[in-house]
Amino acid sequence: MMSSQTSKRSFKWLIPTIYIIFLMLPIYWLINMSFKTNQEILSTFTLFPAEPTLRNYAVIFSDASWYSGYINSMIYVGLNTVISVSVALPAAYAFSRYRFLGDKHLFFWLLTNRMAPPAVFALPFFQLYSAFGLIDTHIAVALAHCLFNVPLAVWILEGFMSGVPKEIDETAYLDGYSFPKFFVKIFVPLIASGIGVAAFFCFMFSWVELLIARTLTVTAAKPIAATMTRTVSASGLDWGVLAAAGVLTIIPGALVIYFVRNYIAKGFALGRV
Amino acid sequence: MALTLQNVSKRVGADIHIRDVSLHLETGSLNVLLGPTLSGKTSLMRLMAGLDKPTEGDVLVDGESVVGMAVQKRNVAMVYQQFINYPTLSVYENIASPMRVAGADKATIDAKVREAAELLKLGDLLDRTPLHLSGGQQQRTALARALVKGADLVLLDEPLANLDYKLREELRVELPKIFARTGAVFVYATTEPHEALLLGGKTATLSEGRITQFGTTIDVYNRPADLITASTFSDPPMNLVPMVKAQGMMSFGGGSVAVPSSAQDLADGAYKVGIRPHHLLLHRPEGSALEVQAAVSTTEITGSESFIHVESDGERWVALTHGVHRVEIGDRIPVYLDPSAFFVFDAADRLVAAPSGLR
Repeated sequence: MMSSQTSKRSFKWLIPTIYIIFLMLPIYWLINMSFKTNQEILSTFTLFPAEPTLRNYAVIFSDASWYSGYINSMIYVGLNTVISVSVALPAAYAFSRYRFLGDKHLFFWLLTNRMAPPAVFALPFFQLYSAFGLIDTHIAVALAHCLFNVPLAVWILEGFMSGVPKEIDETAYLDGYSFPKFFVKIFVPLIASGIGVAAFFCFMFSWVELLIARTLTVTAAKPIAATMTRTVSASGLDWGVLAAAGVLTIIPGALVIYFVRNYIAKGFALGRV
Repeated sequence: MALTLQNVSKRVGADIHIRDVSLHLETGSLNVLLGPTLSGKTSLMRLMAGLDKPTEGDVLVDGESVVGMAVQKRNVAMVYQQFINYPTLSVYENIASPMRVAGADKATIDAKVREAAELLKLGDLLDRTPLHLSGGQQQRTALARALVKGADLVLLDEPLANLDYKLREELRVELPKIFARTGAVFVYATTEPHEALLLGGKTATLSEGRITQFGTTIDVYNRPADLITASTFSDPPMNLVPMVKAQGMMSFGGGSVAVPSSAQDLADGAYKVGIRPHHLLLHRPEGSALEVQAAVSTTEITGSESFIHVESDGERWVALTHGVHRVEIGDRIPVYLDPSAFFVFDAADRLVAAPSGLR
């Protein structure tokens, strides 16, 4: 009896541990590589950097072609998050509070925008933005990413908003609140966690999206992910710098996750908990 | 302020929520909307508040139409059956919110909030947020907010339905007094007849979106205009006995009894007789009574009272008796119908004779 219990218990921690090791291994390896010299990466197999170096990070923070990639990415991701959430707020409110002709179809149609691969839209976007002279600007990428982030934000926010009883709206109107005042003072604080989750998802999807961001930019607004794919030069790959760049791309996402970690589960359930 | 509803109807899609309602509510009056769930109480209140627009008809305040006017301009307060507060604000800010929007100065707000909080026993809870309160405290917060607003029209939609028994008893006595001072038109919706009786004032009985009767509460109770009103205003439902009046006698089944004085002038024929559950007696009363043999189908004991459900000739009745009665299910017992408590309805379900005095 005792022995079977202990063996059971050992299984309990074993499987998740193996799973987590598999998950964390590539990330560990990336971090490991980022502190190694190119020579060490290419010549030997070491679990820890033999001669830890910050050279790779120094390259990124001193070379404008590297760090401007981060700045560009952050600018368009920030822009996109702000635009997506502020556009989605009134849309989600309409979907959650009003019944109108074709509302359910429209809601579904919004979601289908997420189902098409971004590659489908890359060509028309390129044509369109060229025509308006928006190519290689931050706003171009930010707007293009709205294509899949606005529906997502609407979908998430609608779930959170529907969790707020309609009677609260009505009580506020009866109390004398105008709609804008009610929305800002009463309603937005109520769905603050929903806004956080929506912003997080917008941030994340915009941050990792490569294809559209690369198609619409040349140099002035080139995102970090694009910079990373263009480092193959005549002198070969700079493995260490690439690894350091990879680590630095993970950090913003990890930071944002840390701040919204308590709401993420609800966000994945789209507020319908 | 007087509120008038003129031939108001409300349809949502194919459903008729309110049918042709006309009401006149006086300044400073206490009005009860009494009806079962889905009878249209909430729909009617929403029309009064201006939250919904009537499909037909007009809503007038002091003779002027307010249909289409923004609710913000109407000076109405409403309390819902669910406890509705602003979860992100403290109790203090919740109560203060209508005055803050109106732009009252700080000292006035503070004085009024504390006064209302005192009245509704929220004094110690002002710093908490509503989600950290019990249901009763949440509802009292909502009531306090309605109170400080000083609205001309106060609508309470089953405000006590979700509260525990003791709080309900307390607040039911307090509420009309608290709001009476403000001189507002006070409308209180409830499903419970005894709540209407305890509140007094005037009562409008609702059934399927229609007002079946509107008058002083006691009058509506004593002289329900028709069968629907009578059954709405009776809990448990009024017992119905199909009777035949002939030669000065009312008869049911095998037995008969002398026609009560109130019904003496009625033509002979078939009538429906309504008897409130507490007039269906298990012991022979003094004076004449119709004795009927009935089979006991269920008994419910509530402590000081017992409900005894009986069946006779295919009719199902409920007797409300004091004390605990031990009768076995399936027993055949005699029940007594006191003619002085007969509500007599004609074939069209209209009241034609009612007992004199409060029954």
